[in-house]
Amino acid sequence: MIKHADKFVPEPERFEFSENPIHKFELARRDFFHLLGAGIAIFTSATHTFAGQETAPQSKSFHPEELPTDISAWLHISEDGAVTGFTGKAEIGQNIRTSLAQTIADELRVPFESVRMVTADTTLTPFDAGTFGSRSTPSMTPEFRRVSAAARDLLVAEAAKKWNVAPTGLVAADGKITDPASHNSASYGELAQGKTLSQVLPADDPTTPPRQWTIAGKEIPKVAARTFVTGAHQYTPDLRVPGMLHGKVLRPPSFGATIVSYDDSAAKTKPGVTLVHDGDFVGVAAPTVHEAQKALDAVKVQWKEVPQISNREIFSYLKQNGAAGSDKHPIKAGSLQDGYAGAAHRLDATYTVEYIAHAPLEPRAALAQWRDGKLTVWTGTQRPFANRDELAATFHVPESSVRVIVPDMGSAYGGKHTSDAALEAARLARAAGRPVKVVWTREEEFTWAYFRPAGVIEVKGAIDSDGKLTAWEFDNYHSGKSGIETPYVVTNQRVEYHAVPLVLRSGSYRGLAATANHFARETHMDALARAAEIDPLAFRVKNLSDARMRAVLEAAAKSFDWPRKKTSDGQGFGLAAGNEKGSYVAACVEIAIDGKGEVKVVRVVEAFECGAIVNPDGLRNQVVGAIIQGLGGALFEAIQFENGHIQNPHFAAYRVPRFRDVPEIEAVLLDRKDIAPAGAGETPIMAIAPAIGNAIFDAIGKRLNTLPLAPKGVEI
Amino acid sequence: MANPLQLEVNGKRYTVKYPGDTPLLYVLRDELGLTGTKYGCGEGQCGACTVLLGGAPRRSCQIPVSAAAGRPITTIEGLEQNGKLHPVQQAFLDAGAFQCAYCTSGMIMSSVGLLKTNPTPTPADIVQGLQGNMCRCGTHPRIVEAVLNAAKLSREPGR
Repeated sequence: MIKHADKFVPEPERFEFSENPIHKFELARRDFFHLLGAGIAIFTSATHTFAGQETAPQSKSFHPEELPTDISAWLHISEDGAVTGFTGKAEIGQNIRTSLAQTIADELRVPFESVRMVTADTTLTPFDAGTFGSRSTPSMTPEFRRVSAAARDLLVAEAAKKWNVAPTGLVAADGKITDPASHNSASYGELAQGKTLSQVLPADDPTTPPRQWTIAGKEIPKVAARTFVTGAHQYTPDLRVPGMLHGKVLRPPSFGATIVSYDDSAAKTKPGVTLVHDGDFVGVAAPTVHEAQKALDAVKVQWKEVPQISNREIFSYLKQNGAAGSDKHPIKAGSLQDGYAGAAHRLDATYTVEYIAHAPLEPRAALAQWRDGKLTVWTGTQRPFANRDELAATFHVPESSVRVIVPDMGSAYGGKHTSDAALEAARLARAAGRPVKVVWTREEEFTWAYFRPAGVIEVKGAIDSDGKLTAWEFDNYHSGKSGIETPYVVTNQRVEYHAVPLVLRSGSYRGLAATANHFARETHMDALARAAEIDPLAFRVKNLSDARMRAVLEAAAKSFDWPRKKTSDGQGFGLAAGNEKGSYVAACVEIAIDGKGEVKVVRVVEAFECGAIVNPDGLRNQVVGAIIQGLGGALFEAIQFENGHIQNPHFAAYRVPRFRDVPEIEAVLLDRKDIAPAGAGETPIMAIAPAIGNAIFDAIGKRLNTLPLAPKGVEI
Repeated sequence: MANPLQLEVNGKRYTVKYPGDTPLLYVLRDELGLTGTKYGCGEGQCGACTVLLGGAPRRSCQIPVSAAAGRPITTIEGLEQNGKLHPVQQAFLDAGAFQCAYCTSGMIMSSVGLLKTNPTPTPADIVQGLQGNMCRCGTHPRIVEAVLNAAKLSREPGR
């Protein structure tokens, strides 16, 4: 039976998915050359790529399995000098295709244009757990540097052999090996000619430090950018294969509903229509979407619904159902009693965060094709290998019989981890005996995907008369652990996560719970600063020992001209900062509240530091994008639900940031060439919500402890 | 079966047999293979499906194919002429005004429509004109910059 949407179990701890099956990559090197032609191939072992796939300090407990020890990245140089890099990571719009190609070109010493990336294809690329957790840059960049450096060594050795000289002294540059002594020169293609050389990296090769990068670190435009402005790029919903049918799935009226009676007699009479009824799954494949929908509409189904938690009771439910001791690694240090005893000010507050939707503009989609018992699925997913495994398990075929290919995606933001569309298309295709494409509607997206979980966060904090933190207690119910640890220096503290059984389908989201945890912490820090009558920037700096965090705060403050004096009614300034996943962010915000209480974000200055910058243009795009996306969750995004029904599954009822909401934005990028590149997809979203909330307080003197802050404006 | 309808898309004539109430979007994508026009919401809320109908930007998910018959339709595929990008396409390319780029076709078509009625828009005009187009990646500032540049590019001699 097909695994249905509402049966999927998302990650229990909301860090990232916990299941990490053992994989063996089976493509033999002989097959590799058969696929790609002769040349030179370099493979690297995966061991240290996967270590650190999880970024939390307590990660070990969530990934108890042994990490795979097979190949994680490889590189092929063909006889015509074309270079191909292979990675299981997917291009989602984060521009990884471009920045990894830059890295390879830089290290291999070839022109950028000669490098091509093959991504996220379970047959062609090495196993990868998924494109999430801001791991693509920090894990894949060093891997491709190592394979590229090894390939360069191999080419030098080949040239040395060819010219009968010592390899030392030969120079690799611009796709050629040259011998300055004899002026001999050979292109990489020439050196690869007639060879099927392969090498697994023996050890860590020294790679080029950021200060000496020539192609990485530069503003290189997005690969194949022209295909996006001409409409030529094909996302999954755009794909067509001969004989393809369109699939539609009957959705239950509410979460967890089950079928009690089923009558398809009216639908079955329609020609060219394949109907599948499998457990609680009902789906149709037909020559057009219109015909599929009409057939589905003709199926008569009675559902049994179950009562469920609704919006109005969610926060009390979460608070009451936090499992005691569910956090295996709570942070406990010092004595809270001592911390409170010595305090000049103490503040307790409760913060809440609503469910929000990713709403990627490209909906979930899959095209499935069965041929001779083998299944190929094109689908927009962040986890192609997990999709492959679930398809194999569902249809009882070996993993080697399933190929999942991910066309470059119309974004995901953490929302495309699951394999629902792939399973649905494959189920319908098997029944129809023809390829089937399933494209979810916007309403299906809003209802049957999954959400960033709601949460309740209780914070207690105390400071001494000097404004130094003396005690810190932080309890997160349900929303997750990402970014839960305070970056501020406090001897006496307790930080704890409380797992709660899922209410709505919940899972990853850009930054996971880091936004919720930063919202609670940075709002609370602002309130403590106010209590101590210390400037919020000075208060944070006073309580910090982390120089990188101080650097982003100071950079943002400098460009914003913090502290600023108010020049009009309704004006307010706020700031917030944080660090997560190896990168640092600080945001300064100016807001204006009009006579009706509507909050307008006027200006944002955000400083961001993620080590050495691989592509400043791509990074700026990510940072500005995260700020704008973060505005939505900060001010107005919230899923409304009642008894298992999503009440606002449309863009008309679920407001997301549009042009008019966009403030003047300045992204200050700090380039730390002495630090290895970290990811940048998530952390830039964390600081915006608390900075806006703090600015609202500055404007009207009212503390808002809920996300979204002001879906209907603020009371003035 | 539905009566045949005559469509004129990007200067080419097509005869299609679809129920007249089928949204134009599905006919463009599934029948004519013009998949540059995207489905984003099916409710006229996101603008990803924007095409020019009789020269004006319209949400193709909201237009019954029968209402589009006999009127010139331009999709993203029809903008490029003899290998030369339309100034709006060129300006989006130059500004790198996309991330995942799923909204790009609709953004470009709306911008082309905007520049037809207002060849010298201010940033505020562009914000107003593109308010109905969504970009979930948050590339709005670059899109505004691209449309401003496109307006300049359109005024250059030879365009």
